[in-house]
Amino acid sequence: MLRYILLRLLSMIPTMAVISMLVFTIIELPPGDYFESYVSELTAMGEDVDMAEIEELRHQYGFDQPPVMRYFHWVGGMLTGDFGYSFEYQLPVSEVVGDRLWLTVLVSFFTIIVTWLIAFPIGIYSATHQYSWGDYGLTFLGLLGIAVPNFMLALILMYFANRWFGVSIGHLMDQKYLAEPMSWEKSRSILSHIWIPVLIVGTAGTAGMIRRLRANLLDELQKQYVVTARAKGLSPMRTLVKYPLRMALNFFVADIGSILPAIISGAEITAIVLSLETTGPMLVKALQSQDMYLAGSFLMFLAFLTVVGMLISDIALALLDPRIRLAGRSTK
Amino acid sequence: MTAPASDLLRVENLRISFRVPSGTILAVKDASLRVAPGKVTALVGESGSGKSVISQAIMGILPSIARAEGRILFSDPERPGSPIDIVRLPLDGREIRHLRGRRMGKIFQEPMTSLSPLHTIGDQISEVLAIHTADDAAERRRKTEEMLGLVGFQDPARAFDMYPFELSGGMRQRAMIAMALICRPALLIADEPTTALDVTIQAQILKLLRDLQQKLGMAMLLITHDLGVVANVADEVVVIYRGEIMEAGTVEAIFRDPRHPYLKGLLKAVPHFDMEPGERLKPLRSIPASGATLMDHIAPAASRSGKADAPDVLLSVRHVSKTFTTRKGGLFKAGERKRHRAVSDVSFTVRRGECLGLVGESGCGKTTLSKILMRAITPDEGSVILHSADGDIDIGRASGSDLRRLRTRVQMVFQDPVSSLSPRMTVQNILMEPLEINGRGTAKTRLETVRRLLTAIGLDETALNRYPHAFSGGQRQRIGIARALALGPELMICDEPVSALDVSVQAQILNLLKDLQKDLGLTTIFISHNLAVVDYMADRIAVMCNGRIVEIAPREVLMRSPAHPYTRSLLAAVPFPDLERPLDFDRISANGASDTARWPDAFRPDGDGEGLAAADLGNGHLVLARSDVKAAELVS
Repeated sequence: MLRYILLRLLSMIPTMAVISMLVFTIIELPPGDYFESYVSELTAMGEDVDMAEIEELRHQYGFDQPPVMRYFHWVGGMLTGDFGYSFEYQLPVSEVVGDRLWLTVLVSFFTIIVTWLIAFPIGIYSATHQYSWGDYGLTFLGLLGIAVPNFMLALILMYFANRWFGVSIGHLMDQKYLAEPMSWEKSRSILSHIWIPVLIVGTAGTAGMIRRLRANLLDELQKQYVVTARAKGLSPMRTLVKYPLRMALNFFVADIGSILPAIISGAEITAIVLSLETTGPMLVKALQSQDMYLAGSFLMFLAFLTVVGMLISDIALALLDPRIRLAGRSTK
Repeated sequence: MTAPASDLLRVENLRISFRVPSGTILAVKDASLRVAPGKVTALVGESGSGKSVISQAIMGILPSIARAEGRILFSDPERPGSPIDIVRLPLDGREIRHLRGRRMGKIFQEPMTSLSPLHTIGDQISEVLAIHTADDAAERRRKTEEMLGLVGFQDPARAFDMYPFELSGGMRQRAMIAMALICRPALLIADEPTTALDVTIQAQILKLLRDLQQKLGMAMLLITHDLGVVANVADEVVVIYRGEIMEAGTVEAIFRDPRHPYLKGLLKAVPHFDMEPGERLKPLRSIPASGATLMDHIAPAASRSGKADAPDVLLSVRHVSKTFTTRKGGLFKAGERKRHRAVSDVSFTVRRGECLGLVGESGCGKTTLSKILMRAITPDEGSVILHSADGDIDIGRASGSDLRRLRTRVQMVFQDPVSSLSPRMTVQNILMEPLEINGRGTAKTRLETVRRLLTAIGLDETALNRYPHAFSGGQRQRIGIARALALGPELMICDEPVSALDVSVQAQILNLLKDLQKDLGLTTIFISHNLAVVDYMADRIAVMCNGRIVEIAPREVLMRSPAHPYTRSLLAAVPFPDLERPLDFDRISANGASDTARWPDAFRPDGDGEGLAAADLGNGHLVLARSDVKAAELVS
C-alpha cells in the first residue's frame, strides 16, 4: 500500500510539470500582457500613459524576457511558495486569495454535506420504491433541480427575498465584517448568510446525485447476492445497507476526485450573482484582465487538487473494494 | 403417498402469477408436491417451466410482482403438529425471516453472482449465525470454520478471510453450501446447484450434498434439468412442464416406467453413452430442416471445385503452444509476472469430413486452441496448416489474401446464442453480411442464398425481417449456425454450441448439426465439456487437460477403453439417467481430475512439466505418457 502511494505521489511530479506548461501556454496565448490591457484601458478612459514607466515595470517583472525564462521564473517561484504578484490588486497573490479561499472551502464543504444528506435518503427511497408515487414525485423534483440553472434560482430567490422580506441575500457576511479579523460576530454573520448559497448551489448537485444513486442502487438490487441475503433471513433494511448500498458506494467514492477542484472553482456564476466573497468570481476576473500570476496560480491549484482528489479516491476505492485491492492475487 | 403429517414440506395447489404491463402471466398452475423428512425430492423441468419460481415461493422470496395462492405447508420438526402456511406469512415479515436461513437453506445456481464480492465468505456465512443465534463473534467464527471444513475446505481458517473472487467456481459453491447449512436446516433447497460446474466438480458437489444430507438428516428439494443428477441423488421425482406437474413418484417408478409422454420424450432427448451407432436423438419438438437444398449454393469449397484428389487431411496442427503472461500480486504489491501455458505442445490432425470432438474441463485450454485455429490469436510456437482445396493456408502466419481466404474457410458457432448475434441487425442482415463482405454474388443471389440457409436450419422466410430477440435460444443458435454456413466453410468450429440450451432444444441442434455435416460433407471440430454430447457427435475424440491433449482416439475406442487416468475420471464422473449405473462416489477425488499428483507415475510429468510424449496404442489411439514407458504397459 505504502509503495503504491509513493509511486502515485512520484507520478504526480511529471503530471504537474506538464500541466504547468499547459497553463503557462494558455495564459500566454492571448496577444499582449497585463500591461498592454492596462494601457489600453487607461487610454480608453482618456488618461495619459507614461510609456517609460510601463517599460520600467515590464522590465521589473521580467516581461521583456523570452517566455521560457519567464516560465522557469514562475514555476521556480511557486516551488518556493512565492505565487507572484497580482497587478490588478497590487498585492502578492497569496494575500489576495487567502481570505477568500477558506470562505470558498467553507461554502463548498457545507454544500457537499447538504447534498449528501438530502441525496442519500431520497435516492435510497426512490430505488427501493421504484415506480411508486413517491419515486415519481421525487424524480420530478430532481429533474426540475437539474434543469433549472443555479444562477437563475439565485436570481429568483434574491427577487422574492427582497420583495417579501425586504432583505438582500447576497454576500457571505455583513459588509462591515469584510476587512475585520475573525470574531464571534463575524462567524455568526457568515453562518446566517451561508445557507442560501449552499442551498442554491446544492440543488443541481443533489438532484444529479439522487438520479445516480437511484440508478446504481437499482442495478445492485437486481443482483443475485441480494436474494442470497434475503434467503439467509436478513431483514430488508439490513440487507439493503450491508450489500447493495455498499456496492453502490463505489461511484460515490470515485466522485471525490472531481469534488475537490469543484470546491475551489465551483459555481462561479452563482457566486457572481450573489456577490459571494469566494474565489470563483476572482478567477473569472483574473482571466479577463490577464492578471497572469493570479490566474496561473489558480489554475495550478485546481490541477493540483484534481490530481490529489484522484489519488484520494483511488486509495479509498481500494480500501472499500477488495476486488480492486486484491486483483490478481492467486485463486485457490 | 404417506399421511400428510409425516411430510416436512407440502405444496398444495400452488398458483403463482406475475403482474406484467400486458396482463397477468400464470407461471405455476395448481402445483402440488411434497418433501419427506430426510429425503430428496427432485423437481425436474426445462427453463421457464416454473421450477425456480416454486422454490422462491417456498422461501417467500418471490419477486415483488409475483403473487402466490394455494398452500405451502412447512412442518418444522422443532415444532411438531403445527404446520406453517408460508403463503400466508407476511412478505419479509418476522415469521418467514425466522425460517429462512435457520430452518430452510438455499443454494443457488450461479456461485459467481450469489455471493457478495465485497465481503469475505466467512463474514457472509457467519452472518447467518449472527441473525439466528446468540453466539458471540468467536463462537460464530469457530462454527463457521467447522462448517467450511465439513464442506471440503482444506484450510478453513484461511478460507474464512478470503473473498469469493479468490475462489474457483467449485469452491464458491462449497462456500454457498456452507452458508445454507450453517444453522443445520431441516430443508435444503438446491436450485440447479451443479449446472454451472464442470462434470468432475459436479460429481464432487453431488457427493458432498448427498453425504451432508445423510449426515445432518435433512431433507432436500433439488431443482434440476439434468436427469442424470436426478437418478443419482433423488428419492422422489416431480416433473414439471410449463407450470404444471406432469408426473410425480419415486425415482424407481419414474425411471423404470415413465408414463407421461413429456417425461418419455425428455428421456429420449438426452444423449447417453449406450446409443446404437446411427441412432438419433428424438427431440421433443422436431424441426423440419434440410441441408440438401444448400448443396448447389454454398457447398464447401472442396465439392465446389469438384476435385476428387483433395488431400485427405484438412487440418494439421503441429506442436502448437501459447503462453499468456499475467501480472500476479495485488495492486499495491510488486507485480510479479507469471507465465501460464494455456496450450502446450498440442498436435493433431483433422480429416476431411470427420467430426473431431474436443473435451476438457473449464480452463483446460480448449477455447484458446479454438481461437488459434480461427487465427483469433497467434500461437507462440508450432504450425497450424489448413489443407484447403485450393492450396494450403498457414493459419499461424497467413496475411493479406491468404488471411482473407482463411476467413471464408473456417467458421465458428459460439456458445452463447444471445450475445453472439447483434441485436440491432435483422436475421437477413446477419446472414447476408458475410456474403457482402466477401463480395459473393449479386444482391439477388445473396438473398436466394439466405433463403436457402433459412430452409436448411428449419426457419421460414418470415424470419428474414425479424431481430434476434424475437427468437428463442434454440432458434438463435440455429441462426448462428446458418451464419457460419453462409460462406460454405471447409471447417466449422462449434464451441460448446448446446451448453446454454435446454435438453429438448439441445437434441434439435445436435441433430441439425449432424444432418448438415452429412449433407454438406462438412468437417467440424466440436468442443464441449459434456462427454455424452461429444460421444453423440464425434467420430474421434481428443481429451484436453492442463493445456495438453492427453488422449485422442476414435470415439468407440475412447469410450470403451480409455487409457489415461484423466479420461477415466471424466467418464466416471458423468451421471447417467439410469438407476442401474449410479455414480461411484467413493472414487471421486477432492482435488479434481486434473490434479496430476493422483495420476499413476506413467502419466505424470516430471518436475518442470516435461518428459511426456504421445504413445501410440494402435488404431489411432494416442495417449500422453512418459516417453520411457512402453505403450503396452499403458493399457491396463
